[in-house]
Order: sequence, then structure tokens, then C-alpha cells
Amino acid sequence: MRNAVGREIPEEILKETGKQAFAGTYALNGYKYQKAAPTVRALCDPKREKLVGSIREALEKCGLRDGMTLSFHHHFREGDYVVNMVMDEVHRLGVKDITVCASSLGKANDAIVPYIEDGTITGIQSSGVRGKIGRAISVGRLKTPAIMRSHGGRVRAIETGEVHIDIAFIGAPTADEYGNLRANGGKSDCGVLSYAMADAEYADQVVAVTDCLVPFPNIPASISMVHVDYVCVVDAIGNPEKIATGAAKPTTDVRKLMMADYCTKFVTNTPYFKEGFSYQTGVGGASIASTISLGKIMEEQGIHMGLGLGGITTPMCELLEKGLIRKLVDTQDFDMGAIESIKRNPNHIEISASEYANPFNKGAYVNKLDFVILASLEVDVNFNCNVVVGSDGVITGAQGGHPDTAAGAKCTIVLTPLLQGRIPAVCSFVTAVTTPGETVDVVITEYGIAINPKRQDLIECMKEVELPFCTIEELRDKAYAIAGEPDPVRFDDRIVGIIEARDGTVIDVVRQIREYEFEDERGE
Amino acid sequence: MEIQKTAVAGTLESSDAQVTVEPADGGIELLVESSVIHQYGRRIREVVLETLERLGVKNARVTVFDKGALDCTLKARVECAVYRSNGISENLPWGGVIQ
Repeated sequence: MRNAVGREIPEEILKETGKQAFAGTYALNGYKYQKAAPTVRALCDPKREKLVGSIREALEKCGLRDGMTLSFHHHFREGDYVVNMVMDEVHRLGVKDITVCASSLGKANDAIVPYIEDGTITGIQSSGVRGKIGRAISVGRLKTPAIMRSHGGRVRAIETGEVHIDIAFIGAPTADEYGNLRANGGKSDCGVLSYAMADAEYADQVVAVTDCLVPFPNIPASISMVHVDYVCVVDAIGNPEKIATGAAKPTTDVRKLMMADYCTKFVTNTPYFKEGFSYQTGVGGASIASTISLGKIMEEQGIHMGLGLGGITTPMCELLEKGLIRKLVDTQDFDMGAIESIKRNPNHIEISASEYANPFNKGAYVNKLDFVILASLEVDVNFNCNVVVGSDGVITGAQGGHPDTAAGAKCTIVLTPLLQGRIPAVCSFVTAVTTPGETVDVVITEYGIAINPKRQDLIECMKEVELPFCTIEELRDKAYAIAGEPDPVRFDDRIVGIIEARDGTVIDVVRQIREYEFEDERGE
Repeated sequence: MEIQKTAVAGTLESSDAQVTVEPADGGIELLVESSVIHQYGRRIREVVLETLERLGVKNARVTVFDKGALDCTLKARVECAVYRSNGISENLPWGGVIQ
């Protein structure tokens, strides 16, 4: 059937998974459900210890068996060792049919591809996948379709019981022997443990993995001992150099600076730009440049941000230091500056992924956003965005908080260069829809700015503003005039991925890629 | 034009293409590899073949390693490789067969 963003979702996949087709961003507003609950093994004898000697011992004590779901967080980003270390051991134990339910998977986890191929891992649920795992899924190596969920959607799936985690492995920069976990104070600091909080509360068994055991009590804890079954000390949980890099140098790319200037001018001309406004931005060069230029205007006009949200980078922390942001609310730290900031600034605060973005709790931070500045691999003439599947059809990105923040914010701005290499970023049809166009208000490129016609109010308040406004179709036509109109990517029928909307409905499917053949070489 | 000797033009940088022409008999043998093959493979081949035809190249083995070059870049790299294979680097027919 055709869903609310016009994508054809096969009946079989709906039947197989029990999922519904996407019916609109707010279609399930008011939905009632009973939360899932974990099976807990009580610890009332103070003589029983939680420390285990190895990952293997932890797996054995947890009763690892075929078909279980193991969960992980991605706060160590490209420096993560935990997923690989656990899956190596699972593989050695000869256990099969494991579903890996991670908040995200990246290049750091390329080493698990052989376990996909040999049937150790037969299910993947993640925000997205980069690197070799993405390719392995796209060429059909994974037995079941991978499920891609936004950060908010993942918490929803855990809390509703759509996914049940048997064992959660939580890499923790510091832990005490009773399982109080903190993100800072060790050798692999990651700033916050937001994405792991739902896992801690809803998994049947929770194993903390640390490389820095500290004296009891390790408080205030991001994750409390009341959720943790075992504590395992290993040599290293991550590579600190890859967990957090130094602050990205402000971009000198004139295209990105121009887009940033356009963005700042747009933001400051909306009615939402006023004392106490709320704002989230990403880590792209243009996004960071626009934060810096917005900061200057805030300073000039004496306007303060009431709430800065999201994945945090150094430029946001600098605005906090200057007193231009009242509260910086954090679910992920992208650089050393952000990690240092949360350690010492009392107005820089860690929250759970549920508080951040879960559409099925009683109200998340994203709902309070005035602005979100996002990037996108592709955006189509209906303002639908794709942040998961490359234009070549291979899964190569992650939903992250993209659909969550877009759904929540009063003004959702997508910043993208018109062309990414030869590939038009503004196109007729995105390769896959991850974020519905009804939640995307403005697309800013270096060639022009398109406002979603649904937002007549924004169009009206920009009437006197000197910016290169045009229609989204004009942007696409400019891109096609330069690069040529792209041929559609050819896929096989088999579905290798399901892209869930944040409410758990199917917004799109990803099919197995077909090797490219020139027309006259095709045996058709 | 004839392909006298093997010649190369272009680079493997993003948004460029590296084009190699080699002498051959029996028509044009074209190999295309591209980072955007799914979306632009057909177009890349068209552009390369059109350019060779315009230059009057009837026999050649042509290899294109494309990194997302636009049509104008592809044309320029093919033209350059063909002229280099003839040892011609001056008095090029700008506005003639080189467009």
C-alpha cells in the first residue's frame, strides 16, 4: 500500500512484521499503551558480587543462547571497542541468530561483518549503519531486514516492548563494583550515557563494561546500580582519540559560510527568534558556522537562548560560557570541548534519549524546540528527507534525531549544498524517506532557499527579507541543469531494510542493490 | 583522429575523471568505472562516445575512472587525452572540434 509520504510499502512486509504503514507524523498522538517491563533477578544477599572476570563469564552468567537480542550504545562513536569485543566472544561461544539492537553502528564496528555472514548475527536494529555493515546489509547478507529507527523511535520501541532486550552491554567510562556508571572521570570519557539509559531500565540483564573501576559509590551516576547485574573490567572500552576529536576547525569553505549566513539571516527574521528561544544544530561545517554567526547576532541584540539541545559541539558550549545560553541539554558529545563542558558547567545537563526525543512518552524536549538546523543526503520536491540510504542505494547513514527534531521543532531548516559531488541533493524522489516533508519547513542551499508552501506564515514573514528565495522545484531544476538528471538506482525485489517512522510505522523500505550493468549488457 | 600512443588526462580527485586512451583496432572499446555509476553511468558513456565521435576517433581502447565529474569535465578530459596521444599540445582547435 502507499503510505502518507507516497512510498509503496508491500503488504507482505507489514504482515510479516506486524507493523502499520506510516499515516502522518502526528497520527498516533494520544496513543495509549502499557509499558513493557524487564524480568529482574533480585539481589538481596549483600555477599553476592557483581564483578565478573571476562566478557565470556558475563555471557555465560547471563545464560546467552541462540536467538537473543543484545543491545549497545554508540557514545564511543568511531572509537567503540565494546560491540566488537562482545560479538567476538558470542561468536567464539558458537551462539547463532543474535539480534544486535544498537543506538547506532559505525565504521568502528566493521569487524562484525563476518558474524553477519556466518549467521551469528541475523538481526540488526539501529539508528543506521555506516561502513561495511551498511554495504553487507545492502547486498543482502543479513538474514532478516535491518530496522532503522530514530533515537526517539528506539526508546519508544524498547518501552512499548516492540523490541525486548535480553542482555544490554553498557560501556561505561567509570563504574564501581556495584554498577554505578558515569560517562566521565576515566580514560575513555564520552560525556553522557543518554542512549544507554533505556537499555538499562528495560533489558532483562545488564552488563556494565568498563576500563576504569572506581571506588564505591560512583555518584552522581548516569546509570544506577539498581539496573546493573554484572560489572566487567576490560583493558580498554574505546579509543579516546576517536571517541572525541578536537573541536572541528570553523569551516573556510565559502559555500558553507554562505549557507550559514543565509541560515542565520533566516532564523533571525522569524518570530521565534526572541529572548529565551530554543535551538538545536548538527555537526556539519555549515551548521557549526551558522551557530557561530547566530551567536554574534545574539550578543549584539542581547538575545539569549533558553535551551540548547542535542548532540553538543564546542561552539554551543562557548555560547553557554558566554552566558548566551541558559541551559545546554545534552544527549551526545561530539568533541572534547563538549565533554569538558559537561564536566564543569552546571548548566550543561545530561538527559536520557527518552527525555530527548521519545514520541510515546508524555512529552520530550524536541517538542519544545523553536529551531532545528539539520543536514540531509537528499531532499525531494515534497521536502521529504533521506539521511540513511546513499544516492547509490547503499545504506550509509543514520536517522539519529533527524525525524524527531523535525517533528518537534516549530522551524525545521535543512542546510545542504545543492550538489554533493555530482549528486543533486535536491531531487524529484529521494532514494528513501526518513523524515517526512510535512515536518521540514525550509531548505537552504548555496543556490537558493525554498520554504515549504505549507508554511505560508514563514513565506509571509520573509517577504521583505533579502535572501535568494525560490521554489523547491527551481532548486531541483538548477541541480539537474548542472549535473544532469540522475537515472533511478535499480534494486532487486528483496527488502533488506525497514525505515521506521518515529512512531514505529513503516515510512519506507530499502531493497537489495543490484550491481550496475549498462543497458546493452543487461540480459533483458 | 588516430590514437598514436597511450595517453592519460585527468585525476582521481573528487569531481574529476581520469581518462586513458590506448591504440586499438576494430572500433571503440570503452570501460567505465564511476562513483556515480548507478545514476550517471549511462550519461558518462554517452558523453565519452559523443566526444570521441566529434574528434573523429574510430579505434581506441578508452578507460574512464570517474569520480563524479560533470559532463564538461568529462569532455575536456577525453579531448585532452586524445590530443596528447597525438603529441599535440599547441594550436588546439578551440571552438572547432574542441567545444
